Amino acid sequence: MAGIAKNHDYHMVEPSPWPFVMSVAVLVLAIGIISWMHHWTPFVFFIGLAGVLYTMYAWWSDVIKEANGGDHTPVVQMHHRYGMMLFIASEVMVFFGFFWAYFDGFFRLDDVEQYARVAATGGIWPPTGVELFDPFHLPLFNTLLLLTSGTTVTWAHHALLEGDREGLKWGLILTVLLGAVFTCVQAIEYMEAGFSFAGNMYGATFFMATGLHGFHVLIGTIFLLVCLLRAMRGDFTPERHIGFEFAAWYWHFVDVVWLFLFASIYVWGSWGVAIHH
Amino acid sequence: MADTTAHLEAHATGHDHAAHAHEPTGWRRWVYSTNHKDIGVMYLIFAIVAGVVGGILSGFMRMELQEPGIQIFHGLASMAYGVEGGEALDAGKHMYNVFTSAHALIMIFFAVMPATMGGFANYFAPLMIGAPDTAFPRINNIAFWLLPPSFLLLIASMFFEGAGPGALGFGGGWTAYPPLSTTGHPGPAMDFVILSLHIAGISSILGSINLITTIFNMRAPGMTLHKMPLFAWSVLVTAFLLLLSLPVLAGGITMLLTDRNFGTAFFRPAEGGDPVLFQHLFWFFGHPEVYIMILPGFGMVSHIVSTFSRKPIFGYMAMAYAMVAIGFVGFVVWAHHMYTTGLSLDVQRYFVAATMVIAVPTGIKIFSWIATMWGGSITFKSPMLWAIGFIFLFTVGGVTGVVLANAGADRALHDTYYVVAHFHYVLSLGAVFSIFAGWYYWYPKMFGYMYNEFLAQAHFWIMFVGVNLIFFPQHFLGLAGMPRRYIDYPDAFGMFNRVSSIGYYITFVAMVIFFYATWEAARKKRPAGDNPWGEGATTLEWTLSSPPPFHQFTTLPRIDSTNAH
Repeated sequence: MAGIAKNHDYHMVEPSPWPFVMSVAVLVLAIGIISWMHHWTPFVFFIGLAGVLYTMYAWWSDVIKEANGGDHTPVVQMHHRYGMMLFIASEVMVFFGFFWAYFDGFFRLDDVEQYARVAATGGIWPPTGVELFDPFHLPLFNTLLLLTSGTTVTWAHHALLEGDREGLKWGLILTVLLGAVFTCVQAIEYMEAGFSFAGNMYGATFFMATGLHGFHVLIGTIFLLVCLLRAMRGDFTPERHIGFEFAAWYWHFVDVVWLFLFASIYVWGSWGVAIHH
Repeated sequence: MADTTAHLEAHATGHDHAAHAHEPTGWRRWVYSTNHKDIGVMYLIFAIVAGVVGGILSGFMRMELQEPGIQIFHGLASMAYGVEGGEALDAGKHMYNVFTSAHALIMIFFAVMPATMGGFANYFAPLMIGAPDTAFPRINNIAFWLLPPSFLLLIASMFFEGAGPGALGFGGGWTAYPPLSTTGHPGPAMDFVILSLHIAGISSILGSINLITTIFNMRAPGMTLHKMPLFAWSVLVTAFLLLLSLPVLAGGITMLLTDRNFGTAFFRPAEGGDPVLFQHLFWFFGHPEVYIMILPGFGMVSHIVSTFSRKPIFGYMAMAYAMVAIGFVGFVVWAHHMYTTGLSLDVQRYFVAATMVIAVPTGIKIFSWIATMWGGSITFKSPMLWAIGFIFLFTVGGVTGVVLANAGADRALHDTYYVVAHFHYVLSLGAVFSIFAGWYYWYPKMFGYMYNEFLAQAHFWIMFVGVNLIFFPQHFLGLAGMPRRYIDYPDAFGMFNRVSSIGYYITFVAMVIFFYATWEAARKKRPAGDNPWGEGATTLEWTLSSPPPFHQFTTLPRIDSTNAH
């Protein structure tokens, strides 16, 4: 807190309205989700969403101001690193749950106790009637897109470390573009799917796992876009740029999740079955 | 509680300290707070409010079960919904189930967790490691402020349609197994519960990230992990359990949400889904969750036993790593909640063995507490009474846990009152006793005043008798085959149910004494001094004033090699 005599490098954060405002916005959002799902009104949802997005903007703007004001000493930056790593660890566990659901179908396809399920799926995985994607068509293309974007973000990072601002900007622009193309390709794939989201276990696990991933790609793209805008504004120095680093970490995390999805759902899941072209 | 808070404020401003010139005042101090102690106090007040609500719900359940037959719930339903006769009876039966479900969720997510990981961990983990605050004060605050909305959604769920017209609220138990939580409750009530849990989960994950970072990165110079107080260790392990288990619950309840509202088939066998999948996802969270509730208690009890025995804790390293082991093994025993779901025999054998392994680190803790007391100069002040009560009751609950770990025995005991007795011994007698131990141990530090020792001891003894009367007979009921989650029972179970209900009333009296003791302490304003417990209390919070300054450790304390834990 400004004005306090302190003999340590920790950041004594000023009181802030954003946590409380955010929790109110989250309450409105939750009520909005329920009222939309039960066909009362979609209106409340959008109020809540706007509140959440605005509060994110305001909160993170404060953080950037504090960073530029010198509050982020080396020990505070280390806090942020721990915090981001732990956040990503918890994200990994969300995907763990959805992979679990997928592998529940994959490995336990012919459990004799679950006769109703076996009757529905024919005791095979993917279940009868589900036509899969050719993993080496659009999914492989998407894999290459994401892997390439992993290299472009590393290019941007190295350019930043060497003071090459143009390289930083172009690296980020390319990464954002690759991310956006991935999302478009994923949308095309969804439209061509030989199974639906509702009404079958395969569709549920496929769309929820890849959809959750796609949502994270979107977040990661926005995160990188914010970094690009900050880079163009002149933020980030070769010594201090943890905001950029976190965007890169997050992007690599999203990338690795995709590799697991690609390997286990698209490739492994399609071994020896009919392929939908 | 408002009294206590007001006094805290008055007292804190009375302190002459350089930092106080910049203290926020009025409502902003609490709503905009970035102060770990204020946030901790808000958590404690929230936990007490939620605990009262959850306790009242269980009071209705005990009144209902006091005699065979339907006693009060048809009347309650009639009052609440204005229905009569058979309709009131049906609504009342559903309402009973709603009360059991809400009681569990409230006690777990809004009473025990906010008290231990919210209140005590926030307030005392930074003090014990010599930190001026937590690593992410704003995240700390949002972790607290997400709880009232979450609680509000849970309470709201009880007033929306659940299992069909006239059946308000979700009555499918806190475990929310499908299909009862999907097609069995088509109304919005269950969606309120799901989103309530999502928000409570986000709150706990954010709180955990804050606490882990604080403990890893803000220990005072010289305080290595192996010199860190055991309470901080317990908070660290608990925070990891929360961080890694809650997202899996979030995934599972999201699948419930999409199964309910968007036609997915995760848990619908007719479309290739698997209802047991939900149980796996739920218990992968749910089992670590029970350790989440008890581990901070382990930490608090260690300090209290050490303080009032005037001895350092016996086997510090074993105590710390026993908690790490409990946390680790706690992740790989979940299916012992699911022995009756058709798991293969090999899987059951594994889960029996793994579950029993947990008794080893737990035994290390119990025996080390006893060894700490052994040869110590013991004073039986109220925190010590609660701590010893905790050790005794938790051991009883732990032993019945070893019984239930056996897949064979569990065939007979699954979903009976034996299970209810078991988990109430470890939680409402174990975890809650540790919370009261912490409350009486740290009350003078947090609020600066001393409570009346006689009242605190009366609270202990009456509650000890009360809760044992509630839950000990439930072992007999379970062994005799009384199933849980029913509003009625055969006459043969009448006597022990009556005893159990009498136990509730005794516990109620104890809680009245608790509130009176808190009010009395706030009113009488007996200054507690920096360290009311003497030389046995060696951790850093006792080097500060009571209550501590708004910002403590503006110069970081330095821990030299001679400092005890």
